[in-house]
Amino acid sequence: MSRRLRLTAVPYALYALIFIVAPLLLILYYSLTTGQGTALSLDNFRRFFDLSDTVYLRVLWRSLWIAGVSTVVCFVLGYPMAYILSRMKERTRNVVSFLFILPMWMNFLLRTYAWMTLLERTGVINTVLKNLGLPSLEIMYTAGAVILGNVYNFLPFMILPIYTSLTKIDQNLIEASEDLGAGRAVTFFRVVFPLSFPGIMSGFTMTFMPAVTTFIISKLLGGGQNALIGDLIEKQFKVAGDWGFGSAMSVILMVLILLSMNALSRYEKENAGGGLM
Amino acid sequence: MKVLKSAYSGLIFLFLYAPIAVLIAFSFNGAKSRGAWGGFSFRWYESLAQNAEILHALRNTLVIALLSAVIATIIGTAAALGMHHMRRGLANFMLNVTYLPVLNPDIVTGISLLILYVFIGINLGFSSLLLAHITFNIPYVILSVSPRLKGMNRHVFEAALDLGAGPARAFFKVIVPEILPGIVNGFLLAVTLSIDDFVISFFTAGPGVSTLSITVYSMARKGIKPEINALSSIMFVVVLLLLLTVNIRAGRDIRRRTQNHVRSRSPRALSSREH
Repeated sequence: MSRRLRLTAVPYALYALIFIVAPLLLILYYSLTTGQGTALSLDNFRRFFDLSDTVYLRVLWRSLWIAGVSTVVCFVLGYPMAYILSRMKERTRNVVSFLFILPMWMNFLLRTYAWMTLLERTGVINTVLKNLGLPSLEIMYTAGAVILGNVYNFLPFMILPIYTSLTKIDQNLIEASEDLGAGRAVTFFRVVFPLSFPGIMSGFTMTFMPAVTTFIISKLLGGGQNALIGDLIEKQFKVAGDWGFGSAMSVILMVLILLSMNALSRYEKENAGGGLM
Repeated sequence: MKVLKSAYSGLIFLFLYAPIAVLIAFSFNGAKSRGAWGGFSFRWYESLAQNAEILHALRNTLVIALLSAVIATIIGTAAALGMHHMRRGLANFMLNVTYLPVLNPDIVTGISLLILYVFIGINLGFSSLLLAHITFNIPYVILSVSPRLKGMNRHVFEAALDLGAGPARAFFKVIVPEILPGIVNGFLLAVTLSIDDFVISFFTAGPGVSTLSITVYSMARKGIKPEINALSSIMFVVVLLLLLTVNIRAGRDIRRRTQNHVRSRSPRALSSREH
């Protein structure tokens, strides 16, 4: 019977071949061609890694830096929240965790745009500060605004996987630790925290990756000055028309992310397919 | 400690919901500018009903979300079922391919599909957009159905066949009910992702076709029309009510299950469950 059931995967196999595998091979092909001809060359990669003109490398570095800071902030804010959530009663827990997903139903661009209303020089936050007699904040169009946008948009992707792995922890282990004389703090740092590692790792990947490649948040909140690698790629496809160079940057990004994912996957084994579920 | 916990959760929710509150507040703003407050008014809700551009984008967004989710759910569920019965090596290989669009940055998925369309000559438009959404939705369906299949007793299906059910009947009567939560979950995830997607749509939509995300993006430079705020507020309230109903029902199930649990277990077993 299983022989016939196996066939139900055939449509997907074909679909994946055309829409997942072929496009990636095409990107690879385009990255090896330049505007002039169809001959394969490494010129696009040479241009990106050019040490005499490091403009692209600096953008890549800035993207990694901003994404790194955003991820750490998400972790620092998100872990306590995930922990609090995991200690709630099952019914409250379900309602609260759904409140984390709910904002995603309001358009992501619109939510980011709403931050402009909050942060602008004459925005809501500054109006409140002014009425309280406090100095106003200049947040818009800085790296800080981009980080804030990232944290805002990706925080649920940090909280939910950590929450999932915290709820999976066997309560007996915590009781055992307490029975053996460990205090609450020791139990947390020696038992709970290490056991939540798979969740932390998926949280890190789920926030770091989109934060590196975003081009909307940096465009809306960062104003042109804080362009990230995503903005650069978008420009090659939508403005400059240099698909070869844009593809090369995508390949670099892809390799970077798959490598870091591979390094992290050692910790993620227990949580395979975990993620948001 | 309890106060501290509530205060912390409160602050996190304030952070997550502040922009949404601003959007909803400004949807009732009588003035056009988002800098000034012109008194409470429903005028944007009224002019929303006449705004063809936004309504067209809304229609596209909903049609693409539902259609791509339905197609992805069918292909994805079938794929999960097939992969479950494959040799391990082949199934793992397919699973790795499935992970690619999940792991890849959206922007890479978007431009790789754009290149594919140009390469094989698919015109950018509604169908290219739909195909793109199906592509990024399928993996999530597979990844939410597969664990259900793994947790299922392999022999139930054979037992149904032994008892005289045909394969199709056995499938719909035995397997589907078992994996239904995974299918529903995958479908809902697909709809959510599709509605919220911007990056992939941005690269794969043609000039004539637009979703809400694309409309918002093109407005962002000139200033968002307040009608969009009105529309988002409506959508937010609808989804909130929808999910609350589902959640209350699920909560009732949990309570029923717990009550059964109380009846079937000794009081001691129950007390060890409470923390």
